[in-house]
Amino acid sequence: MRREGSPWQGLGVVTLKELSDHFTSTRMRVLEWLVVLTALAAVYGAIQQVRDVTAEDPFLFLRLFTTSREPLPSFVAFLSFLVPLMAIGLGFDAVNGEHNRRTLSRILSQPIYRDALLFGKFIAALTTLSVSLIALWLLVIGLGLIMLGIPPGGEEMARAFVFLLVTIAYAGVWLALAMLASVIFRSAATAALVTLGVWLFITVIWPALAPAVAEAFVSPDNQALLVTTAQMLARLSPSTLFGECVLALLDPTTRTLGPVYLSQLQGAVMGSPLPLWDSVMVAWPQFVGLIAATILLFVGGYVAFQRQEVRA
Amino acid sequence: MKETVIEAKGLTKRYDTAIAVDGVSFSVAAGEIFGLLGPNGAGKTTTILMLLGLSDISAGTARVFGHDPAREPLAVKRRVGYLPDSVGFYDHLTAADNLHYTARLMGLTLAARKQKIPAALARVGLSEVANKRVGTFSRGMRQRLGLAEIVMKEARVAILDEPTNGLDPQASVELLDLIRSLKSAGVSVIISSHLLDRVQSVCDRVALFNAGKIALMGTVGELGRQVLGGGFAVEVEAEGGADIKQRLESLPGVRNVEEPSPGRWRVTCDRDLRGEAAAEVVAAGGRLNQLSLDHPSLETIYTRYFQSTQEVRHAA
Repeated sequence: MRREGSPWQGLGVVTLKELSDHFTSTRMRVLEWLVVLTALAAVYGAIQQVRDVTAEDPFLFLRLFTTSREPLPSFVAFLSFLVPLMAIGLGFDAVNGEHNRRTLSRILSQPIYRDALLFGKFIAALTTLSVSLIALWLLVIGLGLIMLGIPPGGEEMARAFVFLLVTIAYAGVWLALAMLASVIFRSAATAALVTLGVWLFITVIWPALAPAVAEAFVSPDNQALLVTTAQMLARLSPSTLFGECVLALLDPTTRTLGPVYLSQLQGAVMGSPLPLWDSVMVAWPQFVGLIAATILLFVGGYVAFQRQEVRA
Repeated sequence: MKETVIEAKGLTKRYDTAIAVDGVSFSVAAGEIFGLLGPNGAGKTTTILMLLGLSDISAGTARVFGHDPAREPLAVKRRVGYLPDSVGFYDHLTAADNLHYTARLMGLTLAARKQKIPAALARVGLSEVANKRVGTFSRGMRQRLGLAEIVMKEARVAILDEPTNGLDPQASVELLDLIRSLKSAGVSVIISSHLLDRVQSVCDRVALFNAGKIALMGTVGELGRQVLGGGFAVEVEAEGGADIKQRLESLPGVRNVEEPSPGRWRVTCDRDLRGEAAAEVVAAGGRLNQLSLDHPSLETIYTRYFQSTQEVRHAA
């Protein structure tokens, strides 16, 4: 039997309210400052390095994102750490916060479905993340214009834009994970700790562990299989997917993200850049993987939330 | 016969290991105040959540204005206002902003909100703090803000879960007055509470919950007759006189006479026997010092009922 009414009723109201909460919260301000300051430091370092080292590079502007100067990591490396932190910071108390404030049953007794509440919270947090990432992106490009003194080419801007989209999708994965934890764990502190633990494991430990796991299952005689298995396992981590996407998009000479076979090199001029569309095609599976992970995690949270008892 | 607004038939909630609500049936008429009373964990809140469509129904049916809360929750939730146990608000928002949010969830237009929210806040006496953050509110003020939400919703049924829980006597008297004013505006009210005496004064009918079942249901007077054997209790205090106990017992309509202390008698009877009791005392040659009529308290009924059911259980 179909249930009556639209699941989207009240979605806009919830989204707007959550957005205004996010933008006015102290937590958001702290996170923004953290991201802006560290990212600016990284770009500043990159610009120094780019000036010193790179002579003639057709994609000079993209070097802004990827070049690092000791001891600071590159802008991209910063993002791969800070974006999950921001997303977890915005999502870890989404549902259990309502429980603990005892507002959940009062809100759900209004004529809306639970769908609207959960989805509204997700959209609001993702919008907040997107707004700060876009601001950051513009800031970096503006800074690059001023400090490098050369305008970026059209293709560079297009690549940087796709990179922005990938970063937002990457943020979505962690946000969905944090919201799943906020549904499962009644205590916000537990949800935050568990999400951070999962993030550390997936980002730092898993990529190192994947080759060892692969060795356990694949005979060492078949080197190609061993390498591809290890890579497949490592790709279970959204951080690996994000890293590969960034590599393909921001380094136009990247021809493939797997092991390179001789057949792929036929007719290739080593070190020559791929056209934008080909680079996007190289990164496409990873990009889709990030979006799919977001959807899977969100659906998990959705199912758990629908089945949850409202009473405190 | 007034229109029935809420009807539950054999309502049951099963969890993996336990039955929280076991075959509960009752109905609430328009403009009636119905009390769900019983100890904590007796299944009152679960019953309420099932009526609102916030919890799945394991067996039985519920109808709110003829709508099934499990299938048409939005239709039910549009007509019913709910004040949860120790209600929470967004502490960083003002009272008015909190109401604006729920009003928008209800789908009220800006014009309707601008008119209804100040009116609702005035009705519960919170006009002066409308623009203060809810974080600074006392518990009583939060409960009243919850009632303002129901007033603003123009709900035809208000379900209040432990509304007087944790309130000081003054605040709970004020809250009960507000609840009475809801009734006079034609709203049906369901109140759940474990504080029997406080709620007794406002309820037209009550259902006593015990271990997921309704043990007793009816008006307080009916329950008194059913459990105590009489709906009235006359307290007599007198000095001197002979055989007053026997004389009182011989009056028609007297169920039972107790003598809690020398010179005091408590007469349980079917009707108001004050006049007859006074006459008996005087006829016995005693001096009547005090004479009063008690409606049996829910507390007494409740305690007595569970004492007797436990005795039956022990005997069996």
